[in-house]
Formats: sequence, structure tokens, C-alpha cells
Amino acid sequence: MDYTPHTEEEIREMLRRVGAESLEDLFAHLPKEVLNPPIDLPEPLPEWKVLEELRRLAAQNLPAHKAFLGGGVRSHHVPPVVQALAARGEFLTAYTPYQPEVSQGVLQATFEYQTMIAELTGLEVANASMYDGATALAEGVLLALRETGRMGVLVSQGVHPEYRAVLRAYLEAVGAKLLTLPLEGGRTPVPEVGEEVGAVVVQNPNFLGALEDLGPFAEAAHGAGALLVAVADPLSLGVLRPPGAYGADIAVGDGQSLGLPMGFGGPHFGFLATKKAFVRQLPGRLVSETVDVEGRRGFLLTLQAREQYIRRAKAKSNITTNAQLTALMGAMYLAALGPEGLREVALKGVEMAHKLHALLLEVPGVRPFTPRPFFNEFALALPKDPEAVREALAERGFHGATPVPREYGEGLALFAATELHEEEDLLAFREALREVLA
Amino acid sequence: MSFPLIFERSRKGRRGLKLVKAVPKAEDLIPKEHLREVPPRLPEVDELTLVRHYTGLSRRQVGVDTTFYPLGSCTMKYNPKLHEETARLFADLHPYQDPGTAQGALRLMWELGEYLKALTGMDAITLEPAAGAHGELTGILIIRAYHEDRGEGRTRRVVLVPDSAHGSNPATASMAGYQVREVPSGPDGEVDLEALKRELGPHVAAIMLTNPNTLGLFERRILEISRLAKEAGVQLYYDGANLNAVMGWARPGDMGFDVVHLNLHKTFTVPHGGGGPGSGPVGVKAHLAPYLPVPLVARGEGGFYLDFGRPKSIGRVRSFHGNFLALVRAWAYIRTLGLPGLKKAAALAVLNARYLKELLKEKGYRVPYDGPTMHEFVAQPPQGFRALDLAKGLLELGFHPPTVYFPLIVKEALMVEPTETEAKETLEAFAEAMGELLQRPKEWLENAPYSTPVRRLDELRANKHPKLTYFDEG
Repeated sequence: MDYTPHTEEEIREMLRRVGAESLEDLFAHLPKEVLNPPIDLPEPLPEWKVLEELRRLAAQNLPAHKAFLGGGVRSHHVPPVVQALAARGEFLTAYTPYQPEVSQGVLQATFEYQTMIAELTGLEVANASMYDGATALAEGVLLALRETGRMGVLVSQGVHPEYRAVLRAYLEAVGAKLLTLPLEGGRTPVPEVGEEVGAVVVQNPNFLGALEDLGPFAEAAHGAGALLVAVADPLSLGVLRPPGAYGADIAVGDGQSLGLPMGFGGPHFGFLATKKAFVRQLPGRLVSETVDVEGRRGFLLTLQAREQYIRRAKAKSNITTNAQLTALMGAMYLAALGPEGLREVALKGVEMAHKLHALLLEVPGVRPFTPRPFFNEFALALPKDPEAVREALAERGFHGATPVPREYGEGLALFAATELHEEEDLLAFREALREVLA
Repeated sequence: MSFPLIFERSRKGRRGLKLVKAVPKAEDLIPKEHLREVPPRLPEVDELTLVRHYTGLSRRQVGVDTTFYPLGSCTMKYNPKLHEETARLFADLHPYQDPGTAQGALRLMWELGEYLKALTGMDAITLEPAAGAHGELTGILIIRAYHEDRGEGRTRRVVLVPDSAHGSNPATASMAGYQVREVPSGPDGEVDLEALKRELGPHVAAIMLTNPNTLGLFERRILEISRLAKEAGVQLYYDGANLNAVMGWARPGDMGFDVVHLNLHKTFTVPHGGGGPGSGPVGVKAHLAPYLPVPLVARGEGGFYLDFGRPKSIGRVRSFHGNFLALVRAWAYIRTLGLPGLKKAAALAVLNARYLKELLKEKGYRVPYDGPTMHEFVAQPPQGFRALDLAKGLLELGFHPPTVYFPLIVKEALMVEPTETEAKETLEAFAEAMGELLQRPKEWLENAPYSTPVRRLDELRANKHPKLTYFDEG
């Protein structure tokens, strides 16, 4: 099975028309040194067998539904209505909406997405999406550096370590200087911001789950002519004061918490929001409302002079493919829940996380680490190696205790709770941890 | 009548999904100063309204599932429905779960890496990049790290790209801190070898090539190009956007390329999703393997694991393990087709494009670089016709147009890539439509389309006064 429609007779007829004897003939002009190399691939399989093989592979995984694992991805309810709508072939199999007359579906849905992200973050504009939270952060910081014309970046250690790693790779490429602000007592100390700094980066809630007060960072950054880049969890923004209200200039984050499957880490989507004044420095696609020749409302990609296919070497970024469909799933989720529904899901997670926190502290040897107030994740200090604890929990059918990198301290693990967790889940998990640590 | 926005369907107090029974009070959990004062103005709709809204929007959208979509360099082939089901099997995995409980997922990644290495002739691979351009950046950062490691980082400051290259190539080189130099194409549409020789030297870090190139032409002198690059200490980068043309028939590794990125959302049927998410694995030759991003999936005695112990790595380019669910789809595609199926797919992609090229020439279109084109070709309308108007005319006749005005070296370019999954009669119907457009009055073309959900849009207004959100006052 190869999904091609050609009959043998059609192939013969078409070959005749193009003046070739055989399909091999179509490659006859390639250097013979490279033609028809030996390639070792498994034999083709019928559709049912592919499915069977993948079911077999899937059975070698222990699904992480209702996981207590934290670290930027959590087990949330994935609404069937969103899955069904996003599976429509028109959304699923479209290309980038370069022909707006036949792409109003994706364009309008993206315009609505941009609106929702701007509302959540308390900023004025958002682009059409980035690959993930980490690359959204890297691009958000590059935007701040372009806007300020500076090359220094101060990043809180409370920013997800993988996001910081991606940021480092992107910044090294352009020769920007990255300085890390170590956490003190689980929170970021407000730094002195030098003249060379273009961006100050803080995450709220931070990697350890603690709430940060972004206000003083905005003041410190602006006082020195720098911009504040805030990393945010969009679900938390149903409840928490948004980056824009703190004075942040740029907000970035990952959309997984908006009802997207964890998918072993992706695809999710990254969002990037900022002030309208910076819009001409934004990377990536941007949808604007306009009118057609009959005066009807319509939507199209705009300010394309920022992008690679127009500006080539002078583009703001090389980004082309983004995460449109997963971003639209995030928007569908937000529309399905509305402001009340989102607030409820966010608060439920916070409530269950606090209950979980109290229960796990009952286990002998477990000590608190993340300071209060925290949101829906927290770090605990464990008396045993966190990787071994995670493994032993998994043997008992529970996913929990994300090992925290050593830079934050020894023996730390992250735990999270969401709207999916009920009281009995928490109790059972406490018992499992008690056994593992006994 | 304009199609309503979801915000215009909103009614204060109306509820859709309700996921929480007993709602805790915010003030009991979070100090007041951390709470948001004004709720976000999200739409308030019931579930049926939501379904009608997005179903309605989908009907204002074309995709491969509805329409022939011969976009050059985009490989809009059929996206098998099987793959959507297979991806669901792996949806519930957490990136930080104990690797012992994710052996199936890790094995899938490892196996896909092996398949892609075999298909490209490369020695090592990362599946972390999330898209083609992201793969390009990863590849160029790897090359940069390699030169720096050899003490040549300061001298090798230039990346060469042909004038026919995708815009993402020069954009990537800039993003990686390089200066970009364009190499002209020769009269046959292939890289001008003499011009390339003049540009090569100890100041050059890399050459980025697409092969076949964006004119659909295989660079027949590729072995000489790679020899010259090697002699000059220059790394050769393969933009995999056009791999569909030679998949299984020829490998970038055998052509002398040092780095390859693949677009799983083009060649390997991951759906484009209206612009993403995609996946852009990067394969390298052994000398570049130490610089690949972390982690790599490795196979050890105790099973599959994530290898972080790579001191020369460029670090990370994405969080977690890349767009994993895209990898599942690519795995399913390769296992369904096997080598014979992949080779047949590539051959029929070429046959379809060659056949369509002949039909279009018959209808009066010119093909300025009419060599042995492969999976795509670039046509020009007769004098006096604008590519833009023809594209808009095609919309009226029920086809998605080809890529227009690219590559930049052809005026009024129409870049056509039919892919192998289109039937002969579809190609013929498309050629008929292209022929019919040349018979239509100029005025009809200039004002097309007519019956699409909207007609031509005011781009100038959007550029001058962009309205980027519903609440944006403009």
C-alpha cells in the first residue's frame, strides 16, 4: 500500500507522454554513483499490521493519565469536542493560508486565537503561534534585543531549565550574553539591571511552582531601558494576574495546559504576545482583519515583510511552519470553557495540589521545598534519589516525582495535580510514596 | 453577510464545558495580590454553538482532503487517516515519566531514527527540531560548533546559498549569526559551478543546497560540488524540502552532504495542519555527531534511554523530545510503504509532475528551465498574464493554485508540485482549468475569484492599519 492511484496502464500511458521507457528512466540522469543505493528498511506491512505493531509498541508504555508529574507538562482532560473539531480534514490537511480567499477557516480561527492569547496575557497582540514554550521564549528575547538594540539578557533560574537551554542555544548564535539569576528561597531576587541588558526574563509560576511578583521586575527592567519577558502558563492566567497587568512587555509560554494531549512532550504550541508598538519586530505569522472587494469582513496574513519568504536574510526569524493546528485546539478549548470554566479548572488544580502537598508531607522523610504561595505544582525534598523514587512509583502504577535538576538542590522532585485528581487518587498516591520511601 | 466571530456568538453567562463540580474559592488558595482583577474576555458559548462555529469555519477552508493542492516545495500529498489513529495510541505519555515506562515510545523514536538514517545515508540523527526551518537552524548551529571546535569559528563567517534557495535558508544563516552570500544559477538552472568556485574559501562555513532544487532540477554536478566543498573545508547542508523526488533512489549522504534536515510534514505525510505543527529531524555524518542537540535516544543493555552525556552538544533547540506525535505518523508511513513503496511514491511524484508539465506546455505555458525536472517544475504564463491573477482564477475553478512568484529567478513563476497521490484525471482537469484561464477575458481574471467565501482582500489596509485582535481598535 502506497496511497498512489495509478493503474499499470495509466503509468504506461503517462510514461509514453513524457518520453520515458520506465519509472527507472525518470532517474537516469542522476550520477550513477549515487543511484539505487542499498537501503535496509523493514518489509512493507498491510494497514492492520501497522496498527497492530503500533499497538504492541504502545502497550510497552505505561500511560500517564492522572500523572502527578510536573515540569511544564501535566495530565489534563482532553475534551473530545476539541479533538473532533480539530480532526476535520479542512483544518488538518490545509497548508499555511497564503490564499486567503479559500483559507478563511484557518485565518479567522487564528485571529480568534490571537485575541484569546492577548486577553489571557493582558497584552495587545499575539502572533499565530511558535513551536513550543521554549522557542517562544527564545524568539521573545530576540524580539526584546532587536527592540532595545542591546545584547544582554538576565534570566531567572526559575525559568524552566529546558527553556533556558533553548534560549542559550539561540542567544549564543547571535553572540548575546546570558546571565542567570539564581533563586533565593525558591523565588527570584530582583536584580540590578545594567545598561547592556535588553531583556529580563522571569517565569510565573516559576519552575518550582512558586508564585513570583513580577511588578518589581518590570520596574527594574524599565528603569534601565530593558524589557520584561514573562514566561506564563496559559491555564494559570484564568486566575492569576496576567503579565501585562504587571507591566511585562512580552509574554510567552506553552499551550499544553489548554487541554492538549501530553503526547510525550509534543506537539503542543508556543505563544508569543506583546505590545502593539513592537508588532513590526514580531517573528512568525500574524493575521489581520480587513475587507474584501465587496466590503465583507475577511482575514489575511499581514506585515509579511517581517518573514523569511519575503525578506530572506533580513527576516525577523526563519520560522515558517509553526504549530497552527495545536494552537487552534488551544483556542477551541478556551472557547469551550469560557472565562468561568477556565477559572474553575485552574483553581481546582491549585486546590488539589495544596491537598496533595499536605498529604505528601505526612510521609516520613519528605520535606517541603517550594515556598508558599505556589500554584498547581511544587517541589519536595525526598530522602531517596528522585529517579529511583519515580521508578518505584511507576512499578506501583503511579507516575510522580519529576526529578529536578541538581542546580536547584539535592533530592528534589516536582509533583503536580490537576482537575483530574480526586481525593482518593491523592490518598492512594500518598500510600504509594510511603511504601517507596519506607 | 460576514461569518460571525466566536466573540460575536458569546452571551454573558452562557456555559459550555463544565469540568469541575465543587469550585474552590480563589481567595482561600492564592493571596489576593496574585489574582487577576479583570477576567479575560473569552467567548461564552454552549457546546453546540462551538461545534457549529468551527464546523462552519472549516467549510470556509480548503485542504488536501477537499481540493487538489499543487503547491510547489510543499509536498501536499494525502495524509493517511490511519496515522491519526496511531497518534492517539501515544497521546497519554508524559515527557518526564520514568523511561522504563516509555520503552515503546523510545523504541519508536530509535527505530524511526534508524529508518531516516538509512534513507538519507547519514550516521546520526536528532528528532528534536519541530519544523523544517527549525531543523535548518539546528543543522547550521551544529556546523558552527564544528568549526569553532576546530578553531575556525572566527574565520568561517559566510554561508553560501543559491539564488533559487528557499527563503528560510538565508534567514536561518542570519539567525545563526552568519553573513549570507548568494550563488547564481547557471543557464541550465543548476548551481553555476564557476561562480561557486569563486565564492568558496577559508571564510566559508557552509553551503546550503536543495536537491532537486526549487526548479525541480537535480543538481547533476553534485559530486563535484561536494568535492569542492570538502577541499575548502566547507560543510554541505541538504535542505530536505524536496526529498520526495528522490526518496529511496538517491541519498544526500552518498552525494556528499554533511547535514540533512527532513520535513516529516512534507515527505512523510504528517498533516500540515494549516501551517503546523511539523517535524524537522536532522541527520549528520559521523564527524558532526558530537554536536547534535541533547538528548538523543540510545539503545543500551537495559533498554532504550535518553542520552544527555554529550559534552560537545549544541544544547537544546526544543523542550522535551520534539514533536513526538508527528514521529509516530512518519513511522507508520515508512512501515506501510517499505523501500519499494517509498521508491514507487517518489517515481510517481516525478511522473505526475512531468506529465503535468507536458500538459501545461500544450496549453500555452512556458517552462523556462525545461530540463529533466523531477517532482516539481516552474512554469510561466504567456506574455501579459500575471501569476497572481491566474492563481485567483484557479480558486474560482475549484483548485488550490501552485506556489506563485517563487523561485525569485523566474518572473511570474508558477511552481507546481502535484505529488504522487493525485490521479491522472485530476492532473488533466487541472491542466484544462489552467488552459481555460488563458481564454478568459483579462477583466474576469483580474477580479477573480467570485464565489469563494470572501473575494480579494484589501492587503494594503491590513498592512497600514492592522487589526490583530477582536478588541483591537485598529
